[in-house]
Amino acid sequence: MKISRILLASVLALTACGTADTPTTPAPGAGGALTPVKVQLQWVYQAQFAGYMAARDQGYYSEQGLDVSLLEGGVDIVPQTALAQGRADYAIAWVPKALASREQGAGITDVGQIFARSGTYQVAWKDSGITKAADLAGKKVGNWGFGNEYELFAGMTKAGIDPGKDVTLVQQQFDMQALLKREIDAAQAMSYNEYAQLLEAKNPATGQLYTADDFAVIDWKTEGSSMLQDAVWANTEKLGDPAYQQQTVKFLTATIKGWAFCRDNAEKCRDLVVASGSKLGRSHQLWQMNEVNKLIWPAAGAGIGVIDEAAWKQTVDISMTTKNQTGDTVLTKAPEGLAYTNDYINQAIAQARAAGVDVTGTAFRPVTVTLAEGGS
Amino acid sequence: MRRVLSVLAGLMAAAWSWEAYKAAGNPEGTVLFGVRVLPRADDLSMPHLWTIVQRLAGPETTGGRPVWLVVLDACLFTLGVTAAGFAAGSVVGLILAAAMQRFRIVERGLLPYVILSQTVPLVALAPLIAGWGGTLMPAWATVAVIAAYLAFFPVAVGMLRGLQSPSASGVELMRSYAAGWWRTLVKLRLPAALPYLFPALRLAGAAAVVGAVVGEISTGTRGGIGRLIIEYSREATSDPAKVYTAMLGAALLGLLVAGAVSLLELPLMRHRRHVEVVTL
Repeated sequence: MKISRILLASVLALTACGTADTPTTPAPGAGGALTPVKVQLQWVYQAQFAGYMAARDQGYYSEQGLDVSLLEGGVDIVPQTALAQGRADYAIAWVPKALASREQGAGITDVGQIFARSGTYQVAWKDSGITKAADLAGKKVGNWGFGNEYELFAGMTKAGIDPGKDVTLVQQQFDMQALLKREIDAAQAMSYNEYAQLLEAKNPATGQLYTADDFAVIDWKTEGSSMLQDAVWANTEKLGDPAYQQQTVKFLTATIKGWAFCRDNAEKCRDLVVASGSKLGRSHQLWQMNEVNKLIWPAAGAGIGVIDEAAWKQTVDISMTTKNQTGDTVLTKAPEGLAYTNDYINQAIAQARAAGVDVTGTAFRPVTVTLAEGGS
Repeated sequence: MRRVLSVLAGLMAAAWSWEAYKAAGNPEGTVLFGVRVLPRADDLSMPHLWTIVQRLAGPETTGGRPVWLVVLDACLFTLGVTAAGFAAGSVVGLILAAAMQRFRIVERGLLPYVILSQTVPLVALAPLIAGWGGTLMPAWATVAVIAAYLAFFPVAVGMLRGLQSPSASGVELMRSYAAGWWRTLVKLRLPAALPYLFPALRLAGAAAVVGAVVGEISTGTRGGIGRLIIEYSREATSDPAKVYTAMLGAALLGLLVAGAVSLLELPLMRHRRHVEVVTL
């Protein structure tokens, strides 16, 4: 089923090449044998990965001579580890977590910072009066732990709160029930997922769905403690090999096209995510697609995926200085070696631009998504 | 017949106590000295049984297949994985037991590692095995390997005890007949081991279910009930009843496997007396 879909997509792509609307590099081996490439995602198919899925299903990868299989994640699958151990050719991972793995010996390099912005929120009830990090003092603050909590801790530290003393820290589950039941005053949430779940839940008092007016959102981007998230990581050692370098550029070029497609066709990308067997509903996926687009577009500067030095530095600084509740920092020292490079993404951007792709998306305007109950 | 009735009565009792706790329990849960000793009884944490049944009948997402069908499909998938893992694990367990019985040195050398194998956390093991998926074997087979890894242990240990159970006089009698190791195994040790084998197989069946479900959760393998549980649990905020539909499916799967394993022993154990067996 899936294989036939991929075949169909590649056939379509090949015929598209035949009509020559884009001057792409011909597939290696004139026979058109595609190079198999495995990409490890952080989680199961959802709009967070729509750009890669679109690049696959729209045939952008096969245009580049790549047969990309996207490996879904699970509870114990760590993408950067899968990459370092050779179980995948590329991995999608958050920068701080990947840097921590690097420090422990994983030979990986950030070759494309797809999400330029962080999507982490701390959400509180509006009536709690919490609107900024400083207001968290004395409150029960939920956090996910496992390395997902550092933006929150950095934000509190920056606002003059000692996370160890001034707040009650509560280990939060990956749903938002604790906030809804007011067990905690503020909960961690991703703009594209958990926050939407709040807006899909019914308020038992009114029988209506909760609205954005019921909640106050602390956005770590405005608090200045945000860290870089989804990036494409490559195997550092293999980057010495010209064939892998070339493949990386091709992979990134097609990935850029995929994300540009999802920017311009949010609903189509929602449909292909839903068709791929996502259990989350249609309105939830469209919300997620739209929020993810906001984290990428408009892509300031050279275009999508280019690592911004200031944002990188902020991520590394927070990783080295901010302590979580157990007193650990993400990193003990500055990353050594080739932690990131813009070499490949810049080539990919040039190629995508030459093929007529809008790589900055300056005209991007998010849509307004209405969530249905349960996200359906 | 009486068995069926008692199973039904058990289910009724479980359903009754669920609803009874919902009616009697504190919706906010009971907290003693800052520790929650009893869970919350509100609809978000414990949906009414009829809400869960309604959810089973309703579509998974708008326009999608009904939830019960999705859950059933997932259960069948996991049942297949469990069966494969159970079969592979049992065969490995039996071979190991026979080898350990035959050669004392193998028993001495291997048994500690057999026991040690079960202390390796699945969290560490699962990603490694998941890496075989797609290259060495299909993805579902990696989950079956995890199931087999948990299932072989009770069989190996239980069967070893069983094979060693014949009395010295029995073994000596076989020797006086000039029966070799193989003949002694088939005629004496295997029949004597049966009462040990079946409880071990039941444990292995349960372990295989756990292995398959946990393996799916851990590696994110598509298609089964474990994957469905994590996917549905992400919607616990807005659709709490949905999580329970998947959990019901998993419980059903466990019962089904337990039943199937006990069916295995019917033809072989009819005229045998049951023996109290303690594995390990």
